[in-house]
Amino acid sequence: MRRDPRDLVRYTAGQRAVHWIVGISFILLGMSGLALFHPAFYPFSLLFGGGAWTRILHPIIGVVMALAFVVMVIRFTRYNLMRRVDWQWIGRIGEMVNGSDETMPAQGKYNGGQKLLFWLLLICMLLLIPSGVVLWRAYFDFPVEWVRWAAVVHSATAVVMICLIFVHVYAAIWVTGTIRAMWYGTVTRAWAKQHHRTWYEEVTKP
Amino acid sequence: MALQSLDIQARSATTTAVPGVRETLDVAKLIDISKCIGCKACQVACMQWNDLQGEIGHNHGDYQNPRDLNDTTWTLMRFYEVEPEPDRLEWLIRKDGCMHCADPGCLAACPAPGAIVRYSNGIVDFHQEHCIGCGYCITGCPFDIPRLSKKDEKAYKCTLCSDRVAVGLAPACVKTCPTGAITFGGKDEMIRHAETRVADLRERGFVKAGLYDPPGVGGTHVMYVLQHADRPELYGLPKDPTISPLVELWKGAAKPLAIATMALVGLASLFHYVTKGPNAVSREIEKETEHEEEEQA
Amino acid sequence: MTNHWVDIKNADLVLIMGGNAAEAHPCGFKWVTEAKAHRKARLVVVDPRFTRSAAVADYYAPIRAGSDIAFLAGLINYLLSHDRIHHEYVRNYTDFSFLVKTDFAFEDGLYSGYDAETHKYDRSTWGYQLGEDGYVVTDPTLQDPRCVYQLMKAHYARYTPEMVEGICGTPRDAFLKVCEMIAETSAPDRAMTIMYALGWTQHSQGSQIIRTGAMVQLLLGNIGKPGGGMNALRGHSNIQGLTDLGLLSNLLPGYMTLPGEKEQDFTAYLEKRSPKPLRPGQMSYWQNYPKFFVSTMKAWFGDAATADNDWGYHWLPKLDKTHDILQVFEDMNAGRMNGYICQGFNPLASAPCKIKVSGALSKLKYLVVIDPLATETSEFWQNHGEYNAVDPTRIATEVFRLPSTCFAEEDGSLVNSGRWLQWHWKAANPPGEARNDQEIIAGIFLKLRELYRTDGGAFPDPILNLAWRYKQPHSPAPDELAREFSGRALADVTDPKDATKVLVKKGEQLNGFAELRDDGSTACGCWIFAGAWSEKGNLMARRDNSDPYGIGQTLDWAFAWPANRRVLYNRASCDPAGKPYDPSRMLVAWDGLSGRWSGSDIPDFKADSNPADGMGPFIMNPEGVARFFARDMMADGPFPEHYEPLESPLAKNPMHPDNPLARSNPAARVFEGDRENFGKPDRFPYVATTYRLTEHFHYWTKHCRSNAVVQPEQFVEIGEALGAELGIRSGDPVRVRSQRGFIVAVAVVTKRLRSFVLDGQPVHTVGIPIHWGFTGVARNGYLANTLTPFVGDANTQTPEFKSFLVNVEKIQRVV
Repeated sequence: MRRDPRDLVRYTAGQRAVHWIVGISFILLGMSGLALFHPAFYPFSLLFGGGAWTRILHPIIGVVMALAFVVMVIRFTRYNLMRRVDWQWIGRIGEMVNGSDETMPAQGKYNGGQKLLFWLLLICMLLLIPSGVVLWRAYFDFPVEWVRWAAVVHSATAVVMICLIFVHVYAAIWVTGTIRAMWYGTVTRAWAKQHHRTWYEEVTKP
Repeated sequence: MALQSLDIQARSATTTAVPGVRETLDVAKLIDISKCIGCKACQVACMQWNDLQGEIGHNHGDYQNPRDLNDTTWTLMRFYEVEPEPDRLEWLIRKDGCMHCADPGCLAACPAPGAIVRYSNGIVDFHQEHCIGCGYCITGCPFDIPRLSKKDEKAYKCTLCSDRVAVGLAPACVKTCPTGAITFGGKDEMIRHAETRVADLRERGFVKAGLYDPPGVGGTHVMYVLQHADRPELYGLPKDPTISPLVELWKGAAKPLAIATMALVGLASLFHYVTKGPNAVSREIEKETEHEEEEQA
Repeated sequence: MTNHWVDIKNADLVLIMGGNAAEAHPCGFKWVTEAKAHRKARLVVVDPRFTRSAAVADYYAPIRAGSDIAFLAGLINYLLSHDRIHHEYVRNYTDFSFLVKTDFAFEDGLYSGYDAETHKYDRSTWGYQLGEDGYVVTDPTLQDPRCVYQLMKAHYARYTPEMVEGICGTPRDAFLKVCEMIAETSAPDRAMTIMYALGWTQHSQGSQIIRTGAMVQLLLGNIGKPGGGMNALRGHSNIQGLTDLGLLSNLLPGYMTLPGEKEQDFTAYLEKRSPKPLRPGQMSYWQNYPKFFVSTMKAWFGDAATADNDWGYHWLPKLDKTHDILQVFEDMNAGRMNGYICQGFNPLASAPCKIKVSGALSKLKYLVVIDPLATETSEFWQNHGEYNAVDPTRIATEVFRLPSTCFAEEDGSLVNSGRWLQWHWKAANPPGEARNDQEIIAGIFLKLRELYRTDGGAFPDPILNLAWRYKQPHSPAPDELAREFSGRALADVTDPKDATKVLVKKGEQLNGFAELRDDGSTACGCWIFAGAWSEKGNLMARRDNSDPYGIGQTLDWAFAWPANRRVLYNRASCDPAGKPYDPSRMLVAWDGLSGRWSGSDIPDFKADSNPADGMGPFIMNPEGVARFFARDMMADGPFPEHYEPLESPLAKNPMHPDNPLARSNPAARVFEGDRENFGKPDRFPYVATTYRLTEHFHYWTKHCRSNAVVQPEQFVEIGEALGAELGIRSGDPVRVRSQRGFIVAVAVVTKRLRSFVLDGQPVHTVGIPIHWGFTGVARNGYLANTLTPFVGDANTQTPEFKSFLVNVEKIQRVV
């Protein structure tokens, strides 16, 4: 990949750092969580130093992710407010999936799908954090019925979130030229023009 | 406590079959509350056999000590002053501890392979060396039995003296019970013994006497003879215990469903990529931007 | 126990009163559950508290602490007035028909002969009418107004159900229900056992309570029967052995008695204790007293005891008065006793009125404590804050603590409540410098003897003449001591009927007390134990539990005194013709063919006495029968009568409201200085009773972690009514105060303590478990005997721990 001084800055270093803190935490949480969720994934626990370490580390990583996520929310909420055009985009998602995005409405910094993902992830976190605290027996002792509810909520939400992140990651892979935004912070003008034309126009306006 | 002399019949977080060729006697402990005098000898025997040095606590205004089950108290006498009928006081004293369910909620909930096992004789045992300290067993238990230790973050509960039973001895509490309120043997034999006890109690006017062997958890390997079997809640026992539907969902349907969902999303992405290919910037726009660059240059 | 633990499984009805067998004797209580499970026996509990025994009872009746005689007397009245007694039994086996002296009287609560100055009775009028032949005059028709039956009937007719309710607080229905259940056992083939313990003994009239219970059992024909009897549950392992071996201050081994100071004449001493039969054809087994006594003297003094020196009789102390535990501390307090050796005893905790005991110990020159544990007594001089607030600088007593072994660290025998001598084996070595009690005592003895030898002394004879023939003089072995108390022949012992037949050769162990002689040819340290270690070996170590008759008569398990007999008075289980009242539970029966008594037990009878000869089954009594009328044997009256405890919520004895002398036991053991120290109900309105919990053993197990875990902290129990009245909830700290001091403890507010309404006033009970103190690993607490009064039973001097007055207040401080 070639750097070009004309590339557009999409993410600052700080934003990328927060994203990757969340991202790495999520991967660790996903693996350790799955290890505790289903025996098929128990071998993941070896990556954390065994079952007990997995149990000890999972909630601590969870705290890290939660804090980083809060920062993200503070920084990104304003870019993710849903507008009419976003709903139009979502309404025509089928075309997008089909790969024919030329005809899709012009998008700002984020398209409707990305915004929707943002809000869905936020909902997931709002469910995961309190339910995780309830499950954290090393420090908390909640009524057992709460813990049972928490277990169901936490695992179901986690699965949903994993699927959302799958989509998020896949979208980044599928849409060529996207991943570099989170590596270097920049995208090509062509990429911006094709996928986020409104944003492109905003940032290139003299 | 890991043992070679008992076959393991079910093992936590394990999805394949365990060795099950040997046919062992289904054992059971029968606690006859009508014979129990609340002497706590079973509590002391349990502490001594299992080398448990509990804390010297406080009196909290009743006879129950320690206050609750804990990591060093695997069995506890619970005292209930009740009046099943007006002006008829009864002091019901129940030895609380693991019920050794045929369908153990703790085992179902446990994520650590082999940390909870059910032996082929029915004993449900915790193997602390595999325990990861998550406390899911507590969540799974319909009887509120397992306790996490603050000292080592492992879960503990009555083992039904699996180490003694494996070598043909009765559990320590049974051995020490001075009145014969606790008996131990084959489950069928214990049920037959219970029937004679129930008949005796009915003859004494406890018309609702009966055996507590709740079917909701597949029956238990610790059973009670109750004077008031129609009202187990008088003894602090759940009336119709089952593994919580939430736990069933969490540890049952949710697991395959989750894997299927995640696999589906993954596979869908893969097939999408294979069929649609990458979404690259179109030639036109690339040219457009190149053109712009030239213009600006 | 007249019977034994296993025999309780033969009962049809079990009455637990004055005890809490499930709580205090959980292992023995197993036999109650056996009786319930296999004989459909019913269990009745009568107690001020709904105890752990009551928890498994078929019927529970509440009673005010200290009113047991009224309850039992009402029961006697019920049985007599409803004719629910075992007629054949009482006519043939009791003194029903005996005529009582005409000048014996009972008026307004006092028996004839009372001296209000000394608080004692002259008992000379308390006797039978004797005929010219020296035998008691009887009236078999039972019509004579002076016969025991008629006197007794009149005496107890006053105890109506209304009176019982008024004294005991027991609801009339509950009382009558208990009466009805008990009356069922008057049938010849039904048996009731009575299990009692300190709840009956620790009263100012404890002996009389027990006698009343025994009278009930006699009326029902339940003494001598399997599943029957009067069964005292002993609180300490081997406390039975203690009394058997005569360790009470007025006893010699085997329930022989020390002479009084007026009994300087040896022959008169023996004669008084060897009563001639009071009825024709009776055995009066105590006539053998000289054999028992001389054999004991030979065991003690060996060759030094000869006919010429009256077998060492003059080396025995002659009592001026009883030197019981209350007297000992009275003497210490008065400066009359200045040294004390305290072996296996923790009087600061166990004796009444801690402040008096503490003061008494503080006046000693020296105190020796022999104990495996650091007891409160051994640390009485140390300040333990609020729990023992003494000033050590003001106590000059020098304390020596000699650590001893505990039971598991030594071989030996223990006598259980059922009179079984069971050998036990050492399981572990003692820690540190601990030595067994024999070594410690031998060490003291050998040193004393040396001092007497070299320095002389006021009266060295008993010490210098004591036989000390142990292989290691500094450490007599348990088997040597056991052989010694079992007895051996010092010369060939021959059959009295045939002098050529040698029963035991010189030097051999005796087979039983029938072989004892009064000519110095036998030595036996405790006649009732004779035969426990015979030439067959150590019978106490037998462990064969075969039960050929299936009624728990395991004669090859250990050894029971006397003569391996398991049920005392077992002749009374048969009708006068010698046929068992219940053949399915046969103890003994007369076998006409062999001309002997035999069965599942050793007959407590002359083995070849034909029933036609009319010998009574109570062979130890000169009457040959059991006594309802105690003659002059009790200090406080021949018939038990209800008196209020010394501290009572009632101003008057409801039986004798107009006679203040008869408010409490007129002959109770009270020292002058203490008489003023009794609390009055205006300041101390609640009845307190002390007791034990199953989790602890006296003041010992608070030193043991497991016990401390399951019962960690001192508490007192109060009923919900009192709790509501005083605003006390479970878990609150409270102060319980008596005339003598106070304790602070956690309140347990419970439904199990009911309140009574007596004489229009509510009467509340406060329950005080005793087990805490200021040594050990359990949480420190106050000694319960801080509260108890210094008063004793008229006969046994046992302190009145079961009924006294306190006040209760809620306090703010967290304990």
